Formats: sequence, C-alpha cells, structure tokens
Amino acid sequence: METTRFSSIEAKSIQYWILLSALGLAALIGYLSAHHMDVEGHHITGMSNQIIWGFPHVIAIFLIVAASGALNVASISSVFGKYDYKPLARLSALLAIALLVGGLVILVLDLGRPDRLIVAMTIYNFKSIFAWNIFLYTGFIIITGIYLWMMMERKMNKFTKPAGFLAFIWRLILTTGTGSIFGFLVARQAYDAAIMAPMFIIMSFAFGLAVFILVLQASYAWTHRSLGDAMLDKLRKLLGIFVSAILYFVIAKHLTNLYATEHHGIEAFILLNGGIYTFLFWGVQIVVGSLIPLALVFIKPMSQCRNCLSIASVLVIIGGLAQLYVIIVGGQAYPLDMFPGYEVSSSFFDGVVAEYSPSIWEILLGIGGISIALLIVTVSVAVLDFLPESLSDKALKLDTAKAS
Amino acid sequence: MRYKLEIDTNIDHVLNDSSDDVVYEVDLERRNFLRNAALVGGLTIAPGVMLYQTAHAKPDDEPVTDKHRWGMLIDTNVCQEDCDACVTACNEEHGLWDLGRPKTDAQWIRKLNIKDKLTGHVTSLPMMCQHCEHPPCVDVCPTRASFKRADGIVLVNPHTCIGCRYCMMACPYKARSFIHEPLVDQLPHAPRGKGCVESCTLCVHKVDRGDNNTACAEACAKDGHQALLFGDLNDPNSEISKQLEKHGGVQIRADLNLNTGVRYSGL
Repeated sequence: METTRFSSIEAKSIQYWILLSALGLAALIGYLSAHHMDVEGHHITGMSNQIIWGFPHVIAIFLIVAASGALNVASISSVFGKYDYKPLARLSALLAIALLVGGLVILVLDLGRPDRLIVAMTIYNFKSIFAWNIFLYTGFIIITGIYLWMMMERKMNKFTKPAGFLAFIWRLILTTGTGSIFGFLVARQAYDAAIMAPMFIIMSFAFGLAVFILVLQASYAWTHRSLGDAMLDKLRKLLGIFVSAILYFVIAKHLTNLYATEHHGIEAFILLNGGIYTFLFWGVQIVVGSLIPLALVFIKPMSQCRNCLSIASVLVIIGGLAQLYVIIVGGQAYPLDMFPGYEVSSSFFDGVVAEYSPSIWEILLGIGGISIALLIVTVSVAVLDFLPESLSDKALKLDTAKAS
Repeated sequence: MRYKLEIDTNIDHVLNDSSDDVVYEVDLERRNFLRNAALVGGLTIAPGVMLYQTAHAKPDDEPVTDKHRWGMLIDTNVCQEDCDACVTACNEEHGLWDLGRPKTDAQWIRKLNIKDKLTGHVTSLPMMCQHCEHPPCVDVCPTRASFKRADGIVLVNPHTCIGCRYCMMACPYKARSFIHEPLVDQLPHAPRGKGCVESCTLCVHKVDRGDNNTACAEACAKDGHQALLFGDLNDPNSEISKQLEKHGGVQIRADLNLNTGVRYSGL
C-alpha cells in the first residue's frame, strides 16, 4: 500500500553543514555547562533548596511531553486509519524519539550524581513514578524504533498497525507518568491533582504537533521539496483543537482549585499576585500561547497564511514553556503551607515566595538538549528515507486515493 | 619518707579482744600515688562501663529491629524564640558548616516562628525531618536511596542517591537539603557528598552507640529549656511515651496521615 516516495535529503549544501555544526556546537556547549555544574556543584545555578527543579527541568519536561505528542501524527495514520497522514508518520516517529532523547539528556546531566545513572538503571523502587518513567522512556524509544522499522522496511509493513497501536498506548501511559510526577506530590499545594496526567497528555498533543509543524515546514523549505496547503490545513485545524483542549483543562484545574478555600493561596499566587508567574500565566501562556495561536489558525485571513501557521506553532511552544515554568518553578516558589492560618518565618525561607532566576549554565544545558534533539533529526533525515519527496496537494490526493 | 604503722591484723580481737599486735613498715607515698591513680582511672572508665551496661550499644553486625520506634516530642510552650541551641548543636554534631550561601546551605534542623494571623500569638519551634511512618520521600525515591529503618529513622543512603531531588519535592516539611558544592572537613560519623540529598538522621550514630539522645535534645536540655524529648515511642514506660500519654502531641500536616515520629505539644 506504500505509494509515497521517500528519500533522504542531500547533505551537500553549505547551509546543511552550517546547521549541523551549529547544533553540534550548541550540544557541546550544553554538555560543558553540565560538566561545569557537576564539578562546581549546583550552587552556581539559580536552583536552591527552595527551587529544587529549575530551567533545565522546564526544557526537559517540555521535550519529553512534546516527544509523545510528536508521535500523534503517526498514530492518527496507523491507529485511526486516517491515511492522509501516512506520509508524515516516519518523521513523526523520528521526531518523537529525538525529542525524548534530548529531554532525557538534560534530566540526566542535571542530576546531582549523573555518574550514578547505572544505579538508576539497576535499583528500582516501583512505588516511585521516576522508576516507572525509566521503563516508560526507554520502552518508548525501543517501541517507536520498532514502529519505525515496520514502517520503513517493506517486508515488515504488515506489522505497522499493531506496532503503531502499541506505540500509541505506550505514549499515553508515558505522558500519564510524566504528569503524575507532579500529580502524585501530596505535599505541595500547586500539585497533588489527578487532572495533571490528562492535562499533560493534551499538552503533549499541542506541543508535539507545534514542533512537528515547524520541523516539517523547515525541512521542506530548506530542501526545496513541495509541501501543499492541504496537508498544512489538516495540521492547522488539529493544532487549534489541541490548543483549545489545553485551555479547557487549564480552566477546569483552576476552577476546581478556586472552589476549595485551602487552595485560594496558590490560586491567588498564580492568577493575581505572583509577579512573574502571574505574567507568564496570563500574558504568555493564555494570550501569547493560546488565544493568539487560536486566532491565527481559525480566523481568516490568518488561517489561510502559511507563515501564520509557523508563527502560531512558535507561539504554542512559547506558551507551553511558560505553562511548564509556571507549573514547575511557580509551584515551588509558592511556600509550603505547613501551618494553615499562620504566618511562618525562618532562616530557611519558610513562608516566603522563593526567588529564582536561571543561570547561564542552566540555559546552555537546556539549549544543548534541544540541539541534541534537532541534531538527531537533521542527521537522520540525511541518512535514511524519512521525508516524502513531495507533499504537494496533487501527490497527497493520489496517495490518499490509493491508500484508502 | 617512711612511717611505722601499727596495724591490727587479727580480726579476732574485735571479737574477743585477745589479739597480738603486729608492726609493719609502709611506703605511704607509693600508696598515695597508687590510690590516686586508681581513683582517676576509675573515674575515667566507670562512666563508659556504666553507660555500656545501661545503654547497650548496638553492635554493628546486629540488625536494626522494630522493637524500638525512635521519636521526639517537642514542647513548644518552653521552646524559646531567641534560642537556636538545637540548630547550633546539630550543625556541630554533623559538620554542617555555614558557607555563607543561605539559599543552598544545608539545614537539617531550623527554627520556625509561626504567628497566628487571628490572635497574633507567636510560637517558636524547631522543624526537621519528621521521621514519618509512611514517608513520601521514600515513596518517590527511584533508587531506594531514601529509606526507613525498622526503628523508624528515615535516612538517605549517600551511596545510591543520584541527586534527582524528587524527595525534596515530595517532603511536606521542607526538611531536606541538597548538597550544592564539594565538601571538605567532613566528620567520620556523618558522611556527606556533593550532589546528594540529606536530612536529619535523628542522630542515628548516637542512637546506635547507645547514647539514647540526640545532639539537639542534649543542647536544649543543657540550656535548661527541656523542650526536646527524645525516646522510644514503642516503650510505654519511656519518658516520651508517658509525656505523650499525659499531654498529647500533634503531628504537623496531620491531614497527610503520615504518622510522624516527631510530635509537638502546645500547638
């Protein structure tokens, strides 16, 4: 049933090598930053005993969440039988693996003892979501790799559907695990909510698709391959639906919290008087990352403009990073409420909003992780046949007709 | 100098007053020296012998059992707002040196001042690892580095902690510190390491040694406050159990139902 012609891109242009070198350099700088943090200790970062997880975790969790979402395009084809998306399935699976690897590299390099990764791989506490995640993440890479093999090896094509189905189920569990890192934290007022898991799943749909759209557009523009409006239109509508769904979950989460008096403190902090966190929530997550992209993808004439979809995707990513920053850093900045009804003070910053500004080392590590993800994609599309030679409207109609 | 000393060596004369008197020559200087040496030696050794006999230090090869559950009762009524003797004692006991970076410096125990928003009443109390029966830090630790001993003491194994800090996210008491820098001048009984998480050990080295007390409680008692009482919650005859039965003791964040080993009275 394979009708689309796939081919690797020609890695001969000077632009390709500049891109490759830039990504490689950024990855190297990221590693050196992590090494510096490892040698000196985390006191050189902005993280502290108050803000325990910082900027690297925001980027890492964004990449991990986006990874499972990037696989959606492939799942829509293999699991839900929408064969229009089939030509994009290979890139979708590749991007999923690449983003996950980039995120995991950041998480591992930020550990206090990254040299003890082997301990994490050999000693498990199965009550810990982190221990589950070690299996979920490595399993995802293996299963998605097998799924790619089924798609790319003609003799194995008949197994594409079951492999895709397994990958789809696995990715849902994986994002549940990622959301549950926070959902299962009973101690902190900002977390401890079952809605975290499904909200992270829907966030992954939007973030992963936004990254996918940008990588797709860039790949086709830079390799002068044809990318038709029909395909982009499908992705545009999907992006709009996913962003709307995030808004629904965000509203449900905050409304539920607002009903309970015990959560009024944290809600006021995020929604009203949290300074940078309030700005990031309303200004960046809601307006820049949700409402403007929704306008760009649903309201004419923006919805008919190709660049508007690129801008919308960039804004969804920026909004997603802001959302994770508010959840992760904002959730820690708000003081633990050990004594409801009391004002608390101590030498350990009890009762006060914790301050945090990311250090250059954390930012470079984050950029390094993103670069590793993009490096994997850039090298892979030049080595193997991931990209269809054409995604023009004409080619797509032909494929769809034959496939269905 | 030599003296002649007449000593009656026959006890019978006490009974029948018909004994023979014998005269001995005695070196008194030597005798005084030996007596003093024995006295000094005895005073030096005796407390150790006495403590060993009464406290029964646990041999290293003997496993910890759940016969005891070590805990602490903190009386906030006598805890003084301007006193941090417990904090100083803990820092000295475990070699927690002040590096001048309050945001990242480790604090195993800290003083909290809490002010009732309605009444304005201020209470001062020490806060540290609460040594929960169901510790959230142990639940979330991926490598089982955070663990609870059979006697209720919650510890971090510095050999298997990977420094993910998930336990710090999970602790409801902000009781854990991450080591943000290479350390020097560590104490043998309190090994610590850069990139690992640590917290109050309930002076486990002293418990295993048979001291039956913690550095913070000793310091508090020394200062005359007696606000911290360490003891065995499993022993109904222990002072802590008696005090808890008499006056009660609440858990911080009792809503989480963690059954903490550290209890507070006067809150």
